[in-house]
Amino acid sequence: MSDITRADVCAAAIADAFKDDGEIFASPMGMLPMLGVRLARLTSNPDLVISDGESLFLAGTPPLFAKADVVEGWIPFRKVFDAVAYGKRHVMMGATQVDRHGNQNISAIGDFAQPKRQLLGSRGAPGNTVNNRTSYWVPKHSPRVFVEKVDIVSGVGPALAKQAGPAAARFNDIHRIVSNLAVFDVLGEGDTVRLLSVHPGVTVDDVREATGFELTLVGDDVPETRLPTAEELILIREVLDPRALRHREVPVA
Amino acid sequence: MTKAPRDKRMTIDEVVGELKDGMTIGIGGWGPRRKPMALVRAILRSDLKDLTIVSWGGADVGLLLRAGKVRKLVYAFVSLDSVPLEPNFQRARQSGAIPEVVELDEGMFQTGLRAAAQRLPFLPMRAGLGSDVLVNNPHIKTVTSPYDDPDGNAEELVAVPALHLDVALVHLNRADKHGNATYLGPDPYFDDLFCMAADRAYLSVEQIVDTAGLTVDTPVQRLLLSRMMVSGVVETPNGAHFTTCTPDYERDEKFQKAYAAAAGGSDEDWSAFEERFLSGDEAAYQAAVQAFTEEQA
Repeated sequence: MSDITRADVCAAAIADAFKDDGEIFASPMGMLPMLGVRLARLTSNPDLVISDGESLFLAGTPPLFAKADVVEGWIPFRKVFDAVAYGKRHVMMGATQVDRHGNQNISAIGDFAQPKRQLLGSRGAPGNTVNNRTSYWVPKHSPRVFVEKVDIVSGVGPALAKQAGPAAARFNDIHRIVSNLAVFDVLGEGDTVRLLSVHPGVTVDDVREATGFELTLVGDDVPETRLPTAEELILIREVLDPRALRHREVPVA
Repeated sequence: MTKAPRDKRMTIDEVVGELKDGMTIGIGGWGPRRKPMALVRAILRSDLKDLTIVSWGGADVGLLLRAGKVRKLVYAFVSLDSVPLEPNFQRARQSGAIPEVVELDEGMFQTGLRAAAQRLPFLPMRAGLGSDVLVNNPHIKTVTSPYDDPDGNAEELVAVPALHLDVALVHLNRADKHGNATYLGPDPYFDDLFCMAADRAYLSVEQIVDTAGLTVDTPVQRLLLSRMMVSGVVETPNGAHFTTCTPDYERDEKFQKAYAAAAGGSDEDWSAFEERFLSGDEAAYQAAVQAFTEEQA
C-alpha cells in the first residue's frame, strides 16, 4: 500500500483519538475530523454517537456529506449545549492558533479591542474545554498556528484551567492535537504540548521548524504515527470518502 | 358574541415603528439560519440608531453593522457557514467601528437568555472559566457555590448575567394571527428563549394560518411559541431570505456569495449591492432577488 496518502494517515490518527471514548457524542468540526470519527465508528469504537452536523443523530455511518440514513435521535443546538454540560461528548475543533500550553484561539488575531483579523468568535470553545473532552485538528501545521502564546484564549488548556480553579480544571480534558505533520497531547512538563508521533515521511526536525515554541518530546525516539490498516483504507477510499474530498484539506504531496 | 384572543397582525413598518433608538434587540435564528431578515431589512431603512444587538450572528449582524446601526454587539460568533467569516462583521471589528463588544461563549449566551427568561440576575455555569471571555468582559463576575463538590471544594463558577432584551425579533414558518407559531425545520434554535427574555417579541412568519391549521398536518410539539410570548405577528413570505427557512426554502447560496463578495469588496461594490437590493422596501427587495435568481439560472 505504497500509495497511502498523508490525509489517510491523518484520518486514522483522528480515529485513534476517539477509540477509547466509549458511548459518547463525537462532535467533529471540519472534514478530516468527520472522516476520522466515522472511521472510528466503523472500526475501533462502534458505540460512538454521531450526527449529521445539523440536528440528527445517525444510526448508520454514511459517507461524508451524504444525507439519507436511519436516524436514532435529535440533537438541535439546545441539546448540544445540554450534552456539553452533561459531559458525554468529545469535540474536535479547528484552531487558528494553538500555543505551548494547549490554549486555542478562533476568536481574533491581534488585540481584542481592535483585531488585525477578526475570526469567527469564540463559539463554544470556552465551554467545551471546561466541560467535555476536546481535541484540535490543524490541517496546515506552521509557526503561525503553533505559537508561543495565543492572542486570545478561546479554548482553555490545562495550565490556565488549573489556575482558574477546581471548577475549571475538574472536567478540562484536552486530549489530542492532530496536524498534517504529527500527533500531540498536552502532558508535557508544566502542562505543555508534547509530541507523541510524527507522520510517516516527517522528521522531528520538520515538526520543530514548523512549530513556534519549544517542543517536548514523548521520549528519545519519537515513534511514527501508524499507517492505516488495509481495512481502514478500504473504508476511507471506498465507503466514507470515495470522492477523495480529504485531499482538498491535506493535499497529496 | 364569543370573545377571541387579540388579533396581533401588523406590518413590517409597524413593527419597526415600535422600536426606539438605544434599544436592546435580540435576533433569533442561528448564524445563517432562519433569521428575521425582512424585519432586519426594515431596520436598515429606518432612522434607528445606537442599538444593542444580541445575536448568534449571521448576515443580520453584518448588515446592521454596515448600516451603522449598532452601538453594542453581544455575540458568540458571526458566520455565514458556507462563507465562514462574515465580511461586514470583520470590517467593523478590524476598523474599531463597534463602540462596545461583548463576545461570549455560545452556551453562555443561552444561559444569559435563560436567566433573563427566568427573571433571575444570573445563572451559574463553567463556560468562560480560564478563557479570555472573562478577561475581555470584566463586567462578568464569578460566584462561589454554597455547596462543596465531591472533593470538598466550593467551586467558583461564572455568574452569567441575564441577557435581558427590550425586544426580540424571530422568524418561524407558520403562525396564527394571535402569535401561536410552529417551526417546521430541523431545529427550533432558541427563538422561544429570545421571546421570553424580551419585554416584547415580534414574530415574522412565512404564512399566517387559522389556529386549527397549525396542527392539522404538524405535530403539536412543533408549536414553539405561545401567543402569550408574542406581541405582534407579520406575514413576510421569503422573509428569512437569504438565510434558511427549511422546509419552505434553503439558504440562497448564490445570493449569499454575492452579498459576501460585495461586503468584502470595495466601497463601490457595496454601494452597488445596496443600491440594487436595499434601497427600496421589502417588496422591492423580493423583486430584485427574483431578478437576480433569474439572471443566475
